[in-house]
Amino acid sequence: MQSYRIRRINWTDLFMWLVGAALLALIIGGSYLTLQQGKYTAVQWFDLAVFGLAQGSVYALIALGYTLVYGILRMINFAHSEIFMGGAFIGYFAATSMQRSGFMEANPYLGIVIIFLVAMTTSVIIAVLLERIAYRPLRGAPRLVPLITAIGASYFLQYVFRGFFGTQNRAYPEIAVIKGTFPLFGDFQIQKIQVIVIIAAALMMAFLAVFVQYTKTGKAMRAVSEDKSVAALMGIDVDKIIVSTFVLGAALAGAAGVLYSFMFRIVTFYMGFIPGLKAFTAAVLGGIGNPPGAMLGGLFLGIFESLGPTLFLDGLGIPAPYQLKDVIAFTMLVMVLIFRPTGILGERLSKTKA
Amino acid sequence: MSTFDWKKILQIGLIGGIVGVLIALVGMVEEFNERDIIAGTLTMGWTMLILTVLVMAYFVAGTVKAHSWLNVAAGALSGAVFSVVMSLLTWMVDSFDLRQTLVNASPSLVKILTFEQGIPNGLITLIVAGIVVGAVGSAIFILPERIRKAVTLGLGMVAFLGLMQDIIQVSLAGFEGLSDAIAWMFGRGIENGLSVAGAITVFLVVSVSNLLWDTNAPKVNARIEKLPQKSRRSLKWFGYGMLFLVIIYLPAILGLYLTEVVNSTGLFILMGLGLNIVVGFAGLLDLGYVAFYAIGAYTVGVLTNLSGELTSSFGWNFWFALPAAVALAVIAGVMLGIPVLNMRGDYLAIVTLGFGEIIRILALSDFLKPHIGGSQGIVNIPPPKFLEVLVNNPQTLYYFIVAGAVLALFTSQRLRDSRLGRSWKALREDEDVAQAMGINLVATKLMAFATGAAFSGLSGSILAVKLGTIYPHSFALLISINVLALIIVGGMGSIPGVFVGGLLLAGVPELLREFAEYRLLIYGALLVVMMQVRPEGFWPEATHKRELHEADEEARLTAEGQEA
Repeated sequence: MQSYRIRRINWTDLFMWLVGAALLALIIGGSYLTLQQGKYTAVQWFDLAVFGLAQGSVYALIALGYTLVYGILRMINFAHSEIFMGGAFIGYFAATSMQRSGFMEANPYLGIVIIFLVAMTTSVIIAVLLERIAYRPLRGAPRLVPLITAIGASYFLQYVFRGFFGTQNRAYPEIAVIKGTFPLFGDFQIQKIQVIVIIAAALMMAFLAVFVQYTKTGKAMRAVSEDKSVAALMGIDVDKIIVSTFVLGAALAGAAGVLYSFMFRIVTFYMGFIPGLKAFTAAVLGGIGNPPGAMLGGLFLGIFESLGPTLFLDGLGIPAPYQLKDVIAFTMLVMVLIFRPTGILGERLSKTKA
Repeated sequence: MSTFDWKKILQIGLIGGIVGVLIALVGMVEEFNERDIIAGTLTMGWTMLILTVLVMAYFVAGTVKAHSWLNVAAGALSGAVFSVVMSLLTWMVDSFDLRQTLVNASPSLVKILTFEQGIPNGLITLIVAGIVVGAVGSAIFILPERIRKAVTLGLGMVAFLGLMQDIIQVSLAGFEGLSDAIAWMFGRGIENGLSVAGAITVFLVVSVSNLLWDTNAPKVNARIEKLPQKSRRSLKWFGYGMLFLVIIYLPAILGLYLTEVVNSTGLFILMGLGLNIVVGFAGLLDLGYVAFYAIGAYTVGVLTNLSGELTSSFGWNFWFALPAAVALAVIAGVMLGIPVLNMRGDYLAIVTLGFGEIIRILALSDFLKPHIGGSQGIVNIPPPKFLEVLVNNPQTLYYFIVAGAVLALFTSQRLRDSRLGRSWKALREDEDVAQAMGINLVATKLMAFATGAAFSGLSGSILAVKLGTIYPHSFALLISINVLALIIVGGMGSIPGVFVGGLLLAGVPELLREFAEYRLLIYGALLVVMMQVRPEGFWPEATHKRELHEADEEARLTAEGQEA
C-alpha cells in the first residue's frame, strides 16, 4: 500500500528535477553576475577556452580507450588511467635521455616522434599484458568480478611504478621547438604546445575513425561489439579482436600521456587518476561505447571545466573557484547520468545492458 | 616423453623470474631485509623470493604427469631458470648505474642478492640456492596430502611467529616465569626473529600436532557429538564466556601500542560491516564510502571543537554530536542514493567515486574554509566523557570501538535475516525479478545506502575523537578502496569475512611497518589474484559462493551425466 503511494507521487524524480533546476539557476545566475562584473577581458576568456580545448583533446584521446573497451567487453577498464600514466612515464625517460645526450637539440622533430613511439609502445605492452593476465580468464564472470579486478590492477600498476621510479615529481625537460606562442590578431595569441596538442589529437581521432570504419579489423571490432557469439560464427577470432581493441585504446592513451606531460610538464606515478576519471566522465557524457561521442564528450568536458569555475562561480563571490573544477566535472557526470543516461550521442546503456 | 613438458617448465620459470625481478626492483627485498624471520639466517626479503620459487615449483610439478623424481627435476629446473633471471638482474644492476631511473637498483640490492660474496661467487650460490629451493617446492607437491598440509602449516607458523616476534615478546614480557623460554625461542640481542632452535621446535611441534589432530579429529568430534545436549550447550557458552573475557582484558594484556593497532583495525572492521551491507548484501558497488566517514568526522569536529578558529562555534557535548553525525551521514546516504537509483554496476561505482571526491575537494577548498577549516582541518576536538571517564587514550577508546563494532555486528546480523535483508539479497541477484516479486526497489536501495552510511558516519565520529584533529587528507579515496578490499578478501556478504579481512588487511599492515609502503601494491595484486582464484573470499557466504561456482557445478553435472 505504502509503496504504491510512493510510486504514484514519484518523489525521487521530483527531487532530482528540483536539484537540476537549482543547478541550472546557479549556472545562469553565476554566469550573468560574472559577465556583468566584467572582471575578465576577452583575451582571458579566449585563453581559457583554448586551454580547455587542448585539455579536452587529451581527455578525448583517453576517453576513446574507455569507450572502445566498453563497447566490446561491457566493462570499465579502470586501469586505463594507469596505461596512460605508464606511457607518459616511459616517454619522459626517453625525453630526458635524448635531452641529455643532445639528440633532442640536433633533431627535435625526430626526437618528438621517438618519444611518442616509446610511450605508445609502453602503453600497448601494459594493456596487452593486463588483458592477457587479468581480464581474459574472467570472460563470462559476474559483472562485479572484472570491475574489482580492474580496480586492483589499477592500484597494482600505480604502485609498481612508484616502487620502480620513486615517489618524487619529475619535471619534464624543456623542448625548444614546442615552446613559445603564435601571435593572432591584436592581443590574442595561442601557445604553440596547445596548437600541437589539439592538432595531434585531431589527427589521431581521424585515424581512429577511418580505422574503425574501413579496415577489416575495424569492421570485425564493430561486429564483436554487436554480438560476440555471432561474430565468432562468422569466422572472427574474438580474442584477437579484443586484444586489438586494447592495443588501439592503449596507443591512443600513450599518445595522450605524452601530450599531457608536454602540457603540464610534470610526471608522477599518480598522474593517471584524475585525467582517467575525467576521461571516463567524458566517455559517459558522449555516450559510452560510442567513439564519436567520446571525442565530443572530451572536448565539451575540457572546455566546461576550464571556463566553468570562473564563469559560474566567480560572480557568486566564491573564493578560489578553480579549486572546485573537479566538483563541477563530477556534478556534470551525475547530472548527465540522471537526465540523459544515453549521453549526448549514445544508446541507452547504463540501464539496459549494464 | 610427453609428460616432461620442457617449454611449459621454462615458461613458468621465466614468469617466476619476472615476478622475482619485480619484487626486487619495487624495493621489497631491500626494505624487508631489515626484518629477520630466523635470526641471522633468513630475512623477510629473502622469504618473499623463496616463497615465489616455492609456489612456482609447486605449479611446475603439477604440469608433469608423473609422481616421481621427474616432478622434483622439473621444480629444480624452474628454480634454475628463476635464479638465472635474478642473476642477470644482479649483474645488470652491478655493471650499469640505473639509479637515475630505477630508484631501487642500488648496490645494496646487489649485496643482498649475492650473499655479500661478490659477483661470480655470489651468483653461483644464488643459482644453486634457486635449484635447491625449486626442488623442495616440487618435493612438497609429491608428498602425501596429509604430510603436505602439516609441513605447509609448520612453515607458515614459523614465518608468522618470526614476523610477529617483537609483538609476542612485548605481550609476554609481563610473565616472569616465561622469560627464559622466550629468550631461548627468540634469542636476545640485536637480531630479531626466531632463533634457529626455536624455529625448528615451532616447525616440529606444529607439524606433528597437526598430523596427530588430523588422525584423531574425527574421534574427538564424535565424542563431542555424543555428549548430551545440555553439556554441549554449556561447552558452547563456556567458549563464548572465554571470548568475552579475552575481549574485556585485551587492552590490559596488549599494552598501549598494540591496543592502538587493534583500535585502528576495529575502526576498519566497523566500516567494513557497514560497506558489507551496501556491497555484500545489496550488491551496490559503492566506491565513495569514505564520503560518509568524512561527513561523520566533520560533523563531530564542527559541533564539538574548542579551537575557536572557525566562524561558527557550537561547543556541543560529544554525546549530542554523535547522533547528529550519524543522522547527517544517513541523510547524505539518501541524497546520494536517489540519483543513483536507476544505475547499475559500473556506473554506480564511478558516480559514487565521484561523490567521494566531491566531498573531499569541498573539504579542502577555500570556499568552505571558514566553516570546516579547509586544508588546515579542524583541531582541538575534545575527548568525550563517559560516566566521568575521559575517553582519550587507546585503552578507553578500545571499549568505545568494541561497543560500536558489537552494535554494528548485531545490527547487520539481524538485518541479514530480516525481511529487508532478504529483499537486499533478491536485489543483488536480479533486480528485475526482485521488482516483479513485489520488492520496492526505491525503498530497499535507499535503506541499504542509509544503513551503510550510518555505520560509516559512526566510525568517522570515533575517528574524530580518536585523533583529536581531522584533515581532508584523511579522507582520500584510498580509504574506500581499503574497506572494499577488506570485504572482498573476507568474502562479500559474509559477516565473519569482514573480521577476517580486517585482521588481514588492516591489522597485519599496521603491525609490519615495512608493509606500509607496499600496502596498496599488495592490495592491488591481492584483488586481482583473488578474483581469479577465489572470488568468493576467504570466509564466503554460502549463497554467494554457490553463485560464483555455478559454471563449475554445471560442468560437473554434465560430466556426471555423460559418464552415466
